[in-house]
Amino acid sequence: MDQEQTVTGKSIFRIDGPPKVRGEAKYAAEYKVPDLLHAYVVTASIAKGRILSIDLSAARQFPGVVEILSHKNRPWFWPVSFLYKDAAGPPGKPFMPLYDDRVHFSGQPVALVIAESYEAARDAAALVGVTYKAEPHATDLARSPAFIPRKHRIGVAPVPHPTGDADRAFASAPVKIEAAYTTSPENHHPMELFATTVEWGDNIVTVYDKTQSPKSVELFLKVAFRLIGRKVRVVSSYVGGGFGLGLRPQQSVFLAVMAAKSLKRSVRLVLPRDHMFALGYRANTVQTVSLAADEKGRLQAIRHKAIAATSQFEDAQDPILLFSASLYRCDNVKLNYELAKLDTVSPCDMRAPGAATGMFALESAMDELAYALGADPLALRLTNYTERDQSENRPFSSKALRECYAQGSERFGWDKRSHAPRSMREDKELIGWGMATGAWEAAMSPAPARAEVRLRSDGKFEVTSSITDIGTGTYTILSQIAADELETPIERIVVRLGDSALPFNPIQGGSWTAATSGAAVQSACRKLKAKITSQAKKAGVLDRRPGTELLSASALADLLKLRRGGELSATGTMFSPPFGKRFSSATHAAVFAEVRVDEELSVVRVTRIVCAVAAGRILNPTTARSQIIGATVMGIGKALHEDTAYDHNLGRCMAHSFGDYHIPSNADVYDIDVVFVDETDTQVSPLGVKGVGEIGVVAVAPAIANAIFHATGQRMRDLPITIDRLARARSRAS
Amino acid sequence: MKRFTYVRAVSIDQAIESLSVHPDAKLLAGGTNLVDLMKYDVATPTTIIDINDLPLREISETADGGLRIGALVTNSDVAVHPSVARHYPLLASAILAGASAQLRNAATVAGNLMQRTRCSYFYDVLTPCNKRAPGSGCPARPGLNRNHAILGASELCVATHPSDMCVALAAIGATIIVQGPNGLRAIPLADFHRLPGDAPEKDTTLFGNEVILGIELPPVLEHHRYSYLKIRDRLSYAFAIVSAAVWLTIDDEAAISTAQIALGGVAHKPWRNTAAEALLIGRPASRVNFEQFASMLLSGAVALSENDFKIDLARRTVVRALEQAASRTPQSQSDKRIH
Repeated sequence: MDQEQTVTGKSIFRIDGPPKVRGEAKYAAEYKVPDLLHAYVVTASIAKGRILSIDLSAARQFPGVVEILSHKNRPWFWPVSFLYKDAAGPPGKPFMPLYDDRVHFSGQPVALVIAESYEAARDAAALVGVTYKAEPHATDLARSPAFIPRKHRIGVAPVPHPTGDADRAFASAPVKIEAAYTTSPENHHPMELFATTVEWGDNIVTVYDKTQSPKSVELFLKVAFRLIGRKVRVVSSYVGGGFGLGLRPQQSVFLAVMAAKSLKRSVRLVLPRDHMFALGYRANTVQTVSLAADEKGRLQAIRHKAIAATSQFEDAQDPILLFSASLYRCDNVKLNYELAKLDTVSPCDMRAPGAATGMFALESAMDELAYALGADPLALRLTNYTERDQSENRPFSSKALRECYAQGSERFGWDKRSHAPRSMREDKELIGWGMATGAWEAAMSPAPARAEVRLRSDGKFEVTSSITDIGTGTYTILSQIAADELETPIERIVVRLGDSALPFNPIQGGSWTAATSGAAVQSACRKLKAKITSQAKKAGVLDRRPGTELLSASALADLLKLRRGGELSATGTMFSPPFGKRFSSATHAAVFAEVRVDEELSVVRVTRIVCAVAAGRILNPTTARSQIIGATVMGIGKALHEDTAYDHNLGRCMAHSFGDYHIPSNADVYDIDVVFVDETDTQVSPLGVKGVGEIGVVAVAPAIANAIFHATGQRMRDLPITIDRLARARSRAS
Repeated sequence: MKRFTYVRAVSIDQAIESLSVHPDAKLLAGGTNLVDLMKYDVATPTTIIDINDLPLREISETADGGLRIGALVTNSDVAVHPSVARHYPLLASAILAGASAQLRNAATVAGNLMQRTRCSYFYDVLTPCNKRAPGSGCPARPGLNRNHAILGASELCVATHPSDMCVALAAIGATIIVQGPNGLRAIPLADFHRLPGDAPEKDTTLFGNEVILGIELPPVLEHHRYSYLKIRDRLSYAFAIVSAAVWLTIDDEAAISTAQIALGGVAHKPWRNTAAEALLIGRPASRVNFEQFASMLLSGAVALSENDFKIDLARRTVVRALEQAASRTPQSQSDKRIH
């Protein structure tokens, strides 16, 4: 099939769009199950202490209530925490809901009401009276002692060792800056609430769950609830946004299965929006960055220290410093990564985990250094451009960041920028242009991924894989890959995903799904194609003109007839790449932002963003662009809005809804221009794909912060940049 | 949500009687705030009296040349009504600055008057709150108070009134028409909402058995100038950190002849200072005079631990809104650029 006819690389509208619009795409809470019970969580009001008593008298009387579980009457489960480890879990003891009388964080589940209806469960839950013995708590990162984590989280690269002598180089360099940055905790709020529907059967337990990994939820449940011997099937056909919270089995699935097992009944648990604040968050940080350069702007020293929040029971770790040693050329680098324990739930991965937080500080500091040097911020990046990953001392499999800078700056009109802060103005608004570099790992999954493809008797090819589609377009790109490999119109490809009964795939995270699961599909299709070709030749039904599809529908039907209705299938497996050590692989981006600031009133508008991305081969420009646009909006939220407000006196998160946890509204989002630069990479993955899930968010917040500096002359080092912070910065300056 | 009895009122008299019989009943109109509060167990009425069948959906002219707006007219219908848009554009503008199109389509005039603070402690039944649970304490005062009151707060409560519409009504000088067992009563908007004092659980001066029939706007003010300027944490769908409603006339000699200015987001009620307004009368519509007025309007402001910035921001917002009004370039609610 020639290039003209391939569908990979083309803008195919997502094939799951119509079923979603028609309401046919079912989410975890939407499955109809007979004799279903509903559960609702009672949450802790204190941050730390013990449960003294639980008064269930009123709640038990409530019409429709079937059972109320707490640590006192929950079913037995393994008392050893290592059995609750999951694929994305950090070192420590995973939180086990209703385990004992200890309260580890405000909002922790302390009881579960199960009733005949959602309303009955919810309303009875309000009648459960819990008394506590509170103990002193700590939720304020700034006041909590930091430590170096003893155990590294698997899957997160350890912080690189120091190179050269950063302290000495910093001391002797002619131009230098040092600054402290902070980022606020951010909570996950995908549109779909976390929900689980458990269909309890004697032999099979079907769990419809919102997750980014049906397989790891299945394994987790089998171990945690001793369901070995019973068949457990976890279904997550459609996921209304993942972003990292669904990488670990969540409280909702644990509690719902506990209730179902206890009652031997089918149970549904849907967490309301306010309970979602107790599920995991992007760790807040305190960071210090020191940069030094010679007069020509060549970096002489990079020091980056980050202290990130974690819980008392796990050492959650994210690669905050992932790119601090590798993004720019510098011989003297010193990085420090520490944690501080808080009485909160464990932080968790959130789109570009770590990097989005660390790069805010690093890229803000680069802008500060540019101004200390009197250099253009983009020129400074180019001065320090590196073709090698010096932290690992190896080349990149590909790196088209230079093209991102070139095409992004041209689209944006960066050359028309006047360097001085406060030098651009229109009417009552100061205008600022800022930029930042983004990077994210281009990895393949460390665990193998499998896929099966089957020629069905109706002449269609069915591709199956347990991988989920978290709204990114996985159904669509896998269809495209299969169509091309099988030389078949995409209409004849059927894709089934998100079911642990289907071929094994690891968690859907790390931007590796397209590369990894896509390669497994590619491999399966190639095997099937070989089978079909040889059998068709034997049967004499291979009638092929160049440029036509592999086999016409009628030829396939003939083939299947000859096989007496038997189906043809093949399985493909993608093992993690053998060349991993020889190359470093990353996606890159250059983000250019325009802000307009009404200085008198401290109101910011982000009026224009250009995001140029190098991510290897783009399988589908439409779905890829949508990912970058969504990530950019998330970046605007990180820059200006998102902040999980904690009352440190109460040790309690006081954000409960979208009313007090702000994400950007439509009015906050103006023009977003996405450019994919050409990047050919034959090393990174069999498909040449790097993945676009995370890269879009990384550079947005620093680009906006740098633009605000350019507009106002105020360096905003604390996220989010809210009106009060801008107003205080202005009054300090005047 | 606590279980409740549902009553559908077929007449105003029946609604009043139901309220008298069930002292903890709540009237249901659009439900955009009440139902939320019930879901969170903040409001726990045992009886809900649905008043949506009452004949209170009219907008009509009054004998003195003003406008009467029925209690059940939706916020959207008020904002687009030709008489409101023409003669009271300040009111239309303030309404369009608030909530979202979907909420405005459901929310009513009376519901907007009666909506409760969005203080996050008030909404969280697992925390103390003097407004929700009198005597339990106020964690906002030593805690998260970035968007709380700077004017008129008490030791017991630092909450703000969240409405945009009411800020415009305060500036225009609207009157609330209510009916109770003893007949009709007209309450000037300035007296309708109250300061928290030692009874923060009471938001208004409405008696428990009174029903709001509607609001009356004063006679049309010829050649008025106006602006509603709302400063918030994002450009749409957020409650005001500070808002200013300006209702102004300027005479032929370029002197201010009417000055009615209300602030939102700063107190337990829309905030006006008529003494400061009086000092503007007869003076030129200049920035110096606006700044002087703004300082006087904010003279009693007291900051909590996190909201000191609001005092200065409120001053600046008032000045800008006055400038916008004076120059006949009121703030647009669709173009988010502030001019």
